[in-house]
Amino acid sequence: MNGLDFSLAGAGLTALGSGALWWADQRLLVVSDLHLGKTERILRRGGPSLPPYETRDTLIRLENDLATTGAATVICLGDSFDDVEAARTLPEADRLWINRLQAGRRWVWIEGNHDPGPVDLGGTHLAELPLPPLVFRHIAETGKSGEISGHYHPKVRVQTRLRSITRPAFLIDSDRVIMPAYGTYTGGLRSSEDVLDTLMRPEAAAIITGQTPRLVPMPR
Amino acid sequence: MTPPKLPAKIEGWFSARGWDIHPHQRDMLARAHDPCTLLIAPTGGGKTMAGFLPTLAELADGNHEGLHTLYVSPLKALAADIKRNLRTPVDDIGLPIRIEDRTGDTSNTVKKRQRADPPHILLTTPESLALLTSYEDAPRIFAGLKRVIVDEIHALAESKRGDQLFLALARLQTLCPELRRVGLSATVDRPDDIASLLARHPDPCAIVTADPGPAPDIAMLQTEDAPPWSGGGAAYAIPAVLEQVKRHKTTLIFHNTRAQAEIFFHNLWLANDESLPIGIHHGSLDRTQRERVEAAMVRGDLRAIVCTGSLDLGIDWGDVDLVIQVGAPKNVKRLVQRIGRANHRYNAPSKAILVPANRWEVVECVTALQAVRENDLDGDPRGRGPQDVLCQHILLAAASAPFKADDLFTEMTSAGAFADLSRTEFDACLEFCATGGYAFRAYDRWQRLQERDGLWHLRDPRAAARIRMNAGTIQDSDTLKVRLKRNRGGKALGEVEEAFAASLSPGDTFLIGGRIVRYEGLREMTVEVSRNAARKPRIAVFSGTKFSTSTQLSQRTLRYLQQDDWPELPAHTADWLRLQRDMSRLPEPGRLLVETFPQDGRENMVVYGFAGRNAQQTLGLLLTKRMEDRDLAPMGFVSTDYATLIWGLDQVSDVESLFDLNALRDGLDGWLAGNALMKRTFRGAATIAGLIERNTPGTRKSGRQATFSSDILYDTLSKYDPDHLLMQVTREEALRGLVDFARIEDMLTRIEGRIDHSRTTHVTPLSAPLFLEVGKVPVQSGSAEERLLAEETEALMKDSGLFNIGK
Repeated sequence: MNGLDFSLAGAGLTALGSGALWWADQRLLVVSDLHLGKTERILRRGGPSLPPYETRDTLIRLENDLATTGAATVICLGDSFDDVEAARTLPEADRLWINRLQAGRRWVWIEGNHDPGPVDLGGTHLAELPLPPLVFRHIAETGKSGEISGHYHPKVRVQTRLRSITRPAFLIDSDRVIMPAYGTYTGGLRSSEDVLDTLMRPEAAAIITGQTPRLVPMPR
Repeated sequence: MTPPKLPAKIEGWFSARGWDIHPHQRDMLARAHDPCTLLIAPTGGGKTMAGFLPTLAELADGNHEGLHTLYVSPLKALAADIKRNLRTPVDDIGLPIRIEDRTGDTSNTVKKRQRADPPHILLTTPESLALLTSYEDAPRIFAGLKRVIVDEIHALAESKRGDQLFLALARLQTLCPELRRVGLSATVDRPDDIASLLARHPDPCAIVTADPGPAPDIAMLQTEDAPPWSGGGAAYAIPAVLEQVKRHKTTLIFHNTRAQAEIFFHNLWLANDESLPIGIHHGSLDRTQRERVEAAMVRGDLRAIVCTGSLDLGIDWGDVDLVIQVGAPKNVKRLVQRIGRANHRYNAPSKAILVPANRWEVVECVTALQAVRENDLDGDPRGRGPQDVLCQHILLAAASAPFKADDLFTEMTSAGAFADLSRTEFDACLEFCATGGYAFRAYDRWQRLQERDGLWHLRDPRAAARIRMNAGTIQDSDTLKVRLKRNRGGKALGEVEEAFAASLSPGDTFLIGGRIVRYEGLREMTVEVSRNAARKPRIAVFSGTKFSTSTQLSQRTLRYLQQDDWPELPAHTADWLRLQRDMSRLPEPGRLLVETFPQDGRENMVVYGFAGRNAQQTLGLLLTKRMEDRDLAPMGFVSTDYATLIWGLDQVSDVESLFDLNALRDGLDGWLAGNALMKRTFRGAATIAGLIERNTPGTRKSGRQATFSSDILYDTLSKYDPDHLLMQVTREEALRGLVDFARIEDMLTRIEGRIDHSRTTHVTPLSAPLFLEVGKVPVQSGSAEERLLAEETEALMKDSGLFNIGK
């Protein structure tokens, strides 16, 4: 598997190059900020009209990760849908696809700020999920530990000798992991932004996603 | 029928002025009843009058009701100018003829009245004509139409605007079966091609050729200072150019791009100690500004105009006595037409000077001069009419009235560009217009036509307005207006590309219309600026086309390099070529020279393909991809008209195998399919075919929105419906234009595997200018990126000396 192992609160985790997080002992896969139905929502708000194929792109990648890991549990860490309406109006084909991915697994939708209410798809809906020693929630809370969250779409910029490279990244320290956004066309927030700088401990690291995930001190 | 005689009062008007009617003008009169005639005449040959004489003769008795002659030109300004120029003789002679123009600038009131009560002569553009044919009352508007005159048809024939026009002519011919067609063209390489576009297929079309006049007097500017190694500024030539301006009455100074014109104009004024009145004119300047310059020019108030292709066509500048071309002419035909702008009088030789902007262009100028002297014009056959234009025309036809598929097919295939359109292809276009194609069948907004009782109708008649709003084939790139900041909106200066505007922060300065302005902010899609006197402004990026050097001119240059010595070249340039021959070798026709050498911690490869900028650019994309597949870690490339420089982490040793045509072609289908150039090509086709609507009632999409949506549509289609009609159109266009793959194929076929790999220890003379070239393209997310990232992250981790987070 194309991943980088690390531990948080004693739990052995693997950051995958795709931006998903794998907890092997629990056979548990976490993805964050899928933002399914984003283009549909843009259209609804009077933006440019696009067919909602970015949803399919996200689902294809998720399907791959499920196939490689053989996950028994999937946690979608909030903002799985661009808004509650987007979840409700998801095209039938995409709905069936999600059902197919859910078959034979435990599936948890954590609520996010974009999708605060329950959605009409299989799986359990929770505000947060404690699975000691870890806890899964959408937005990181200060002072907590063993926390896995998403929300900020972190990305990092690395200046190499010949060019600068910017990619989505996991931010990790001894208290928490902030996961990169998994959805297609979701943008990102630099790790040097104040809010991330404040949340993460001084010795925090980043795992850069891509072909081979790589560990660096978190760029500030 | 006997040819019409010129009424005595018209003859009289000519002789009263001491003017002779030119032989080709008489000839056109004699052929007035022919269904189709093409006139080829040099600039200043009285072309327009030759086109209109039969109309004036037929209308002289005042008995004609309604529209008689439709005049179509590629420029709005030209329509207005012709109106003025016709008005004078018509009024002087006292002919009872109403002449009006109709363009994008005509007011709605006038447009409405013109539909109800058309003038005898209507002067218009292809876009306005296409719109006119889309109205329900088109049959009434065009009732009685006898003649259509297409001016500057050589310019139209090279673009989709022409394809649209020829489809509109087919439509007019259906409405008015007796319609006669006349085309007016500058000197071209293949008059027959243009004639077959103009005529109703398969009707013949006579070609009348006017006396080409005396040979032009042209030379290359020789300066004491050598031109620089690269760039297009030609700043070194400013004193010499000013000297020429002083010696002549009026000089036109042509540039290949708008940005170069701006820089040159700026530098010219810095050196203009005598304050000679010099103006600037290009397509990104505000219309009122351009009109002011044109008016000043007509009055003879200006000594020189720095300009671009915007002055290639049309308007009659009587007093121009010198044309200066700055930068190598990329195309001999266009050079000849530009030279013709000087001494715009019949039978007077034109005078022109070429100013190379850099060392390589010295060579190109010399070979272009030879080509002009030998009258060796270049041009590539344009190929069949594109289907996106066809789709738009189907929608416009539906907006006018329900139609039978059979009838429309017959009508469209009577246009020369679409003569070999198969019924299957036509049906595919119709299907696309009706449903958007397979991938979009579930989306209501693309369901536009339906068949009832054998007739195709708009599903929603209200769609007609939206179809008309999006008519046209000119792809204005995404530009924003630039205005001086004032309380109530200051003076409009022109426009810049959206991407350039996005790169500005308040306080930045840039050049536009020859003045330096300071960026203040963006308000409602307008760039607000204030006056500023900064010394070193940035250069605005304009949407002007970058032409590729033509195949013929490139080959001529290659042949020229084979000479033992180059007595025609100034010493500095001849020395440079000799040095290249000693250190490496010179490129040869029928062979491909590839150089490799290390430099600054990178490995470089230079491919001298001489295939023109666009093809060399595509070659860069395809080769870097092949290098990527071999883990050669390419990092970026830059292209000019004659070569591509690629740099990366590893040395390329097995050069020959990189150039396998089939593999490159696979790259075009596979990898290049995801490239921005393909996406841009798709975007143009999708907009023309009506898949993307730029204009909807009450709003206009910003360029970024349109790009966003068209890119996603493109990605969607590549994944789920790769054989969609518009994907086919995109691939077909990729052979020409921005991608220009046809020229790569040509080049590889010509060399038949004869590749000369020259390995040197450092930069070679001929490749040196490439390192200074702007427009470097980084190669994204490659093996180089992975390696650099690995290198850098390991170093960072070592430095940090901490971390218990890993295991």
